Formats: sequence, C-alpha cells, structure tokens
Amino acid sequence: MKKGETRVLERPRAKRRSGRSAPEAAPTGASWPERLHAVLRESGVRQVAYVPDSGHAHLIELAHADPQLRAVPLTTEEEGVALAVGAWLGGDRSVLLTQSSGVGNCINMLGMVQECRVPLLMLVTMRGEWGEFNPWQLPMAQATETVLVAMGAIVHRADAVDDIVQTVSAAARLAFNTSRTVAVLISQRVIGAKAFK
Amino acid sequence: MKTTRRKLLLDRREVVAEILKRRNGALVVTGLGAPSWDTAAAGDDALNFYTWGGMGGAAMVGLGLALAQPKRRVLIITGDGELLMGLGALATIAVQQPANLALIVLDNEHYGETGMQATHTQRGVDLAGIAKAAGFRAAETLYEQAQLKTWIPRLHKEAGPVFAAIKVTTDAVPLVLPTRDGTALKHRFREALLGAKEAHK
Repeated sequence: MKKGETRVLERPRAKRRSGRSAPEAAPTGASWPERLHAVLRESGVRQVAYVPDSGHAHLIELAHADPQLRAVPLTTEEEGVALAVGAWLGGDRSVLLTQSSGVGNCINMLGMVQECRVPLLMLVTMRGEWGEFNPWQLPMAQATETVLVAMGAIVHRADAVDDIVQTVSAAARLAFNTSRTVAVLISQRVIGAKAFK
Repeated sequence: MKTTRRKLLLDRREVVAEILKRRNGALVVTGLGAPSWDTAAAGDDALNFYTWGGMGGAAMVGLGLALAQPKRRVLIITGDGELLMGLGALATIAVQQPANLALIVLDNEHYGETGMQATHTQRGVDLAGIAKAAGFRAAETLYEQAQLKTWIPRLHKEAGPVFAAIKVTTDAVPLVLPTRDGTALKHRFREALLGAKEAHK
C-alpha cells in the first residue's frame, strides 16, 4: 500500500478453528496477503501473473521473494489469461492478480479459457465501489461481476478480511478441480479507498 | 511513416515446413488464422496447440508453456496482425528471459482472414526492431532463403528469447484446418506432454 492511502485496519485473526479444510500454513497473526501466499502455495500454484496494484502489493512482493513461485509482471491483464493457458498446457497452475479495471482488459481472452476448459484463478481487488473518490473508476467496477459472469466465470466475493483466505482457498479448489474460471472479488471495503491528498 | 518496401519472396508453407522438419519434440503454439493452417499443413502433432481465437494471446500462451517446461523448446508461430494486437507480450517475455522460447512471425503485411487489409508492418513498423529493443536476445527480419537457412538452427537451439519476423508472400494457399475444439486440443497436448495420468489428475 502506497503512502497516502488509507485502509480499514485488520482485525486480529479469529481463533483458529479446527476441522476446516482451508489451509492455515501461515503463522497465526499473519496478514491476509501472507495467508493468501500460503494458500496459493498449498494449492500448487507456480506462476503468479499480475499488473502492479496497491491492494495486491504485499502478495506480489511475497511472490517475487518465493523461489517456488514465478512472478510474471504483465503490461495488461489479458496477457495473464493467455499465460494461464500456456502454463496449464505445460502442467503448471497459475493465478492472475488484478484490479477490477483490469477485468475489462481480459474479456475477449476469457473466451480462450472457457473454450479450452483451462482452470483460471483470478484474485480481483475492487476499485470504484466502497467510498471511491474517483468517478472514472466506477463504470468498470460496477460492471466487473456482470462481465465476468457473461464470460463464463464463477464469481465469489470477499467483503471482510476474515472471509478472504477461506474464499480464495475454496475458489482455488473449484478452479483447479473443475477446470473453470473462478474470480474472487476482494471488496474495496477491505482494501481501503485511495485518498487523493 | 515513409518506408521502402521490399518484395515479399518466401512461401509461408515452405517456411513452416522447413522449420518444423527439425522440431525434435519442440512444443508449438500457433496464432489464429493462417499460421495455424500452415502448421497443420506441415503435419499435425499432439504437441501443436492451435489457437482459433484470443487474438493477441499466442505469444503469452507460449510464455506460460515455456516457463512451465524450461527443458523443452517452445516455438510460437504467429502472424503480424496477431502479434500487433498483443505487442506488450514482447516486453513481458523479455522481462522473463525464457531461454527456451522462440517467437516466429509469418509477416505477410496483411490481415489475411478479414480480406487482406494492410497491417502496420506494411507501413514500416519493424517487429524485429521492437523485439530487440524490448530485450529479446536476438531478433531479425528475414527476407530470403539464405537468411532462413541460417536462422532455422538458431530458432531451435540458441538461448532465447529469440525472434524472427519472416517476410512471406500473400499467395493463396489451400486451407488445411486442424481440430478446432479447444478442449480436445488441450487434452491431446497435455496427454502427449505430461502423460494421461498426470493430464487428468
């Protein structure tokens, strides 16, 4: 998260619940990006494609620092959809980290994963909803879920910090076990609205 | 943009057949349209992944594959129009520096599938120059048979990423259509590469 941005502070993590299938490898008290990093590793993800984004910034740093993961910065998000196809052809699992505006850049390429039944896990940080200042962010944000569904994706939402890890874990299992596109929309309520000051 | 156009001489079918004659287990990703038909015409192979859509995506499919299979050579065979739609991929590939990746553009300076309209390469845009500036280890525009002969071993062996824009004629060639079911192509490719058990785990 860049200087000058605000965010909703994370609540202390709830007591560890037993009998859950969600991976819990990251240490207790770990931040949600650290726990997502653990989920991605346990889901067998290897290629991590992204366009730089403040909401995903920490997870992106963790991906770069992890020798088991291959971080692939993109010039536009649709590259990550095509990358996922090639990765899967070669036996690798991948994830695409994007902001909601980047979903719009993916639309036509999502046809490729749908036609080929390639698993695609997308983690989408929302901009243009909760407390947004910049009106130019709103059209794509408000259409994000609609266009994803129109292109055959299954959409999960995570509106609170405590939901993110379990939702992404479930989305990864759904995507890789059933060869579908599954997108998790991480609410701007969690990320925080960008402060223009 | 002013340009001096050189006559297009090479036959696309012969070029692709020459390259693939020495593929030696290479994994091949093709860009939609004529490059897919050219590759099918050279001989179908389970390790060919033909795209029929997702214009602009072939190079990135090749990158994902090259990163997943660093010990196998990956050849991307696409067209000038297809690559122009996803030029950013050249920068993204250059950042990754996959040593096993070769990107081959069959550049006829036209959009063949939509009625032979001019692409930017006809108006002077230099794809090999862009690839080189992005950070490909080697990149060149090939006009003649002698150049092609020198370059074919480089496409198969040289530490990548390497890039060749091969100028080909616009002469009509017979349609040779490969399987178009994307899921079938995916399964076939993964079974051949990974084995049936791993492919359907």
